[in-house]
Amino acid sequence: MLEFRKDIFADERDDNLKEVGRPTQRQDILGHVTGASAFYDDHRFAGLLHLKILRSPHAHARIRSIDDAAAQRAPGVKRIIRAADVPVNLNTLLSLIQFGKDDEPSLASDVVRYKGEPILGIVATSERSAREALALVRVSYDPLPAVFDVEEALKPGAVSVNATYPKNTFEYYGKYDHQKLRYGDVDSAFGQCDVIVEDRYQMSPIEHAPTETNGSIAVPDTNGRFVVYTSTQALFFSLDTAAKINAMPSNQLHFIGGTVGGGFGGKVDTLTEPLAILAARLTGAPVRYRLSRHEEMQFGSPRGAERIYVKDGAMRDGRIVARKVTAYFDSGAYTRLSSYAAVKCAAHIPGPYTIPNVYGDVYCVFTNRTPATAMRGFGVTALDFALECQMDKLATAIGMDPIEFRILNAYRDGDMKAHRREAKNCALIECCQVAAEKANWPIREEYRRMSSRRGAASAPHASARPEAPRRQPAPAPVQQRIPYDRAGEPPAPDAPPPRPPAPPPAGSSHGATRFSSVFGTRRR
Amino acid sequence: MAKHRGRGVAAINYPIGMNLGGDPSQALVHSNPSGKFTVALSSIDLGQGMKSVTRQICAETLGVPIEDVYVDTADSDTGPHCMGSFASRGTHRVGNAVMAAAREARAVMMEAAAEELEVDAGDLETDGRGNIRVKGAPQKSISVKDVAVAAQFRQGKTISGRGIFLVPLSDVDPETGEMSPATCYAHACLIAEVEVDDETGEVAVLKMTSAYELGRALNPKLVEQQLVGGAWMGMSHALYETPEPYYPDTRNGPRDFNEYLMPGPGDICPHDITVLERPAPDGPFGAKGPGEMCANPVLPAIANAIFNAVGVRVNELPITPEKVLRALKAKNGAPASRFR
Amino acid sequence: MRTPVQFSLNGEEVAAFVEGGANLLDALRETVGDLTVKGGCWQGTCGTCTVLIDGAPRLACITLAETCAGRSIETVAGLRRGPDLHPLQTAFIEHFAAQCGYCTPGMLMAAKALLDRKPSPTREEVVEAIGGNICRCTGYEPIIEAILAASRAGDRRSA
Repeated sequence: MLEFRKDIFADERDDNLKEVGRPTQRQDILGHVTGASAFYDDHRFAGLLHLKILRSPHAHARIRSIDDAAAQRAPGVKRIIRAADVPVNLNTLLSLIQFGKDDEPSLASDVVRYKGEPILGIVATSERSAREALALVRVSYDPLPAVFDVEEALKPGAVSVNATYPKNTFEYYGKYDHQKLRYGDVDSAFGQCDVIVEDRYQMSPIEHAPTETNGSIAVPDTNGRFVVYTSTQALFFSLDTAAKINAMPSNQLHFIGGTVGGGFGGKVDTLTEPLAILAARLTGAPVRYRLSRHEEMQFGSPRGAERIYVKDGAMRDGRIVARKVTAYFDSGAYTRLSSYAAVKCAAHIPGPYTIPNVYGDVYCVFTNRTPATAMRGFGVTALDFALECQMDKLATAIGMDPIEFRILNAYRDGDMKAHRREAKNCALIECCQVAAEKANWPIREEYRRMSSRRGAASAPHASARPEAPRRQPAPAPVQQRIPYDRAGEPPAPDAPPPRPPAPPPAGSSHGATRFSSVFGTRRR
Repeated sequence: MAKHRGRGVAAINYPIGMNLGGDPSQALVHSNPSGKFTVALSSIDLGQGMKSVTRQICAETLGVPIEDVYVDTADSDTGPHCMGSFASRGTHRVGNAVMAAAREARAVMMEAAAEELEVDAGDLETDGRGNIRVKGAPQKSISVKDVAVAAQFRQGKTISGRGIFLVPLSDVDPETGEMSPATCYAHACLIAEVEVDDETGEVAVLKMTSAYELGRALNPKLVEQQLVGGAWMGMSHALYETPEPYYPDTRNGPRDFNEYLMPGPGDICPHDITVLERPAPDGPFGAKGPGEMCANPVLPAIANAIFNAVGVRVNELPITPEKVLRALKAKNGAPASRFR
Repeated sequence: MRTPVQFSLNGEEVAAFVEGGANLLDALRETVGDLTVKGGCWQGTCGTCTVLIDGAPRLACITLAETCAGRSIETVAGLRRGPDLHPLQTAFIEHFAAQCGYCTPGMLMAAKALLDRKPSPTREEVVEAIGGNICRCTGYEPIIEAILAASRAGDRRSA
């Protein structure tokens, strides 16, 4: 069941466009229902070889020796690929945007840091031959102690996981082991609030489980180029990563993809392309590297686990006045994209609410598990789980209806967010109102009348508590029609919002300074 | 031993595009000699509908019928750079790039038409059906096909356009976290109704009622696909999925779909969805991006509904029957239902 | 050791040499060249590779190719009759029942097996029929609706 509420925000839209807004059929649908859509593995080449990977059975171990002599002689084996064959055997995905240090080898040479870490590749005439040859490789390990818990990993004397980041945390701005968010004065606000709710939340890892597993086929082309058919969800990201690892100019690579059997974030990491290309270079033949479902499930990067501690302080009348969050992203053995998610998480700490005092520390922590990566809602999903469970607990503690409680605290246009940008284009209140109405969840009239927009109905406390107005009376609404058909105008991204004044120290009074660290008068 | 019903709510917002920006996407649009347009991208369609939604944006901007536009995705030799399909950035970033490219192509098309009709380009408009006509004098018109022929074979013009969209990279203050994470946000509120069996610990989701605000819905059916499928994934995350069921203990990891659990077609529930559209000032035709945020409210809404049903808080995901039973045991059985 | 195997694929006789122990999925994709059959897990747990063998839905990835000698195999490549789509394909289009499209061929074959056997199934029967097919995108509801719509379209034609 799906309904459009065209009446809400109608004055901000032009609903009379010709193609936009129509339920046009997907361009790719005929291919999908006839089986004609060509995914990366629907391309066939004579003499196709197959790459399979030997993976570490240990979460943490020193590799003492590798004996692949028997595998080399096995039927169908064309080439063994060792760490020394990888031209640039240390990379970090976000080096493409100059964020973080190279910390992850394509093939481990001396130490393995998670169960499933690639050590050696075998290129053979069939997947079966490659698998059978893998069984002949003898690796001797010295197992090392491992750390699996993010908080254990941060303790002094903990096992060091990642040689690039020996203290087990990603390094921010060359000086911090976490991302900070500081706004207002939480300690003072906690001292003055009526209710405090504090809890610990844990999301375990999640597998993307696309029906098509990660994979690619690298094919030698003319002029020393390689055509790469790939399941990537970021074509140039994967191309540039593969070029870096193979020390090739990017224009020697021709990536073709675009029709992908689901991704959900699990096909950004470029798990297969660099080694498939290397194998094609070393054999002169087309090579496919396709993850098995078992590999995809256990060794393909998951959505990382997150542990989140939240402490919220609220007033008896329902206003949240302080929030303190400490969050730990379990990045696994290498960085990949978790460092980025931690920053995104920090910005999201207040959620869609206006909270005058916010304090956050977000850590990206290395442990001896499969490196984590992006997944649908990256950096936000687990935090939303924690925050919205908190909201329910706070409403219960205060004795308020949970939807009214959310509407009361929801951000409105013009509110100041904890990352010091003004909220605009807000719509949380309207979502709450509509969902309540559809679910026959009773909320009081005054909450049904509230609005995200400037100058619309105020929160109930504005009149009840004149000494600490939550929302000052605003001028009559100016409902400006925004022209969305911008044909003819130059593309102009929004100018950055003006810098707001820094939050005043705790205890400053309301009204004149337009902001109270405890009572959270909204900036107008 | 009984089944208890409860319902819970959650509300969320979600930033659109890569956090902090700095994630460009480009597009190229060109016409063939019969006035049919190709959009060349290196962007990926992994099911979310990239090809389809950019096709609509291009057709709308050019002022031609949708059938006259084809979107070619993900070839690094022909498609210009795109950061990738993630972070709910496709519609917003790629859509804007396609819009810019289509605007440039449209300007050439209108100039070429003006030359053929011997009028000023500013006096012309498209009818959306493949013709260009003089405003106020629709009898004076020329087909896009004829304009394309004239442009290429007589006027020597290329009806083509380039587009890029970039939200400039934001700095982050290391001390305070001051930053510009995103230029627009999608919103949602979702109410989940569950039934908890206090004997087995099993949780059945009976119904979901939601309101999603996602800027302009460029294609209501594609939006519906995302919201229905995404909410299913949220329910799956809440109750079923993990490769490490006893995290941080690494044992007992699933190796196949018999062990990695997800709700099947018999485990789904009715989902009553309402869509709100508050256009994003910098979105293509006001669009944001529904792809990721649709899953997020489901997890806490289900957790809160379980509390409403049986009075226990499970703070660890996924909320398996084992965790529910342990929580019930810790608090000595389930109370009478507290359904609102 | 290669073994000759001969079977009917979408009504056409095909003969192929397959490796001993080769599964039907590899035989169809790698040897015969029918790439409309997709592989999702190669473990018999996701349903993506569903084909019909003598009318019954079977998982090609765990079916020994050699056991298919003399059988009649149907894949989505044979669903369409010339330019005309099968009612299931039309219904999947009309109901937006595909997103990434990777599970779609297997889903369609599982649905075809049901409708061939039971032209007017209940919703429960539809759910049962696709219960072994994993879709990660749609949340199943549009697929269930499409299959029910295709069965109603069949009712109208036979009425």
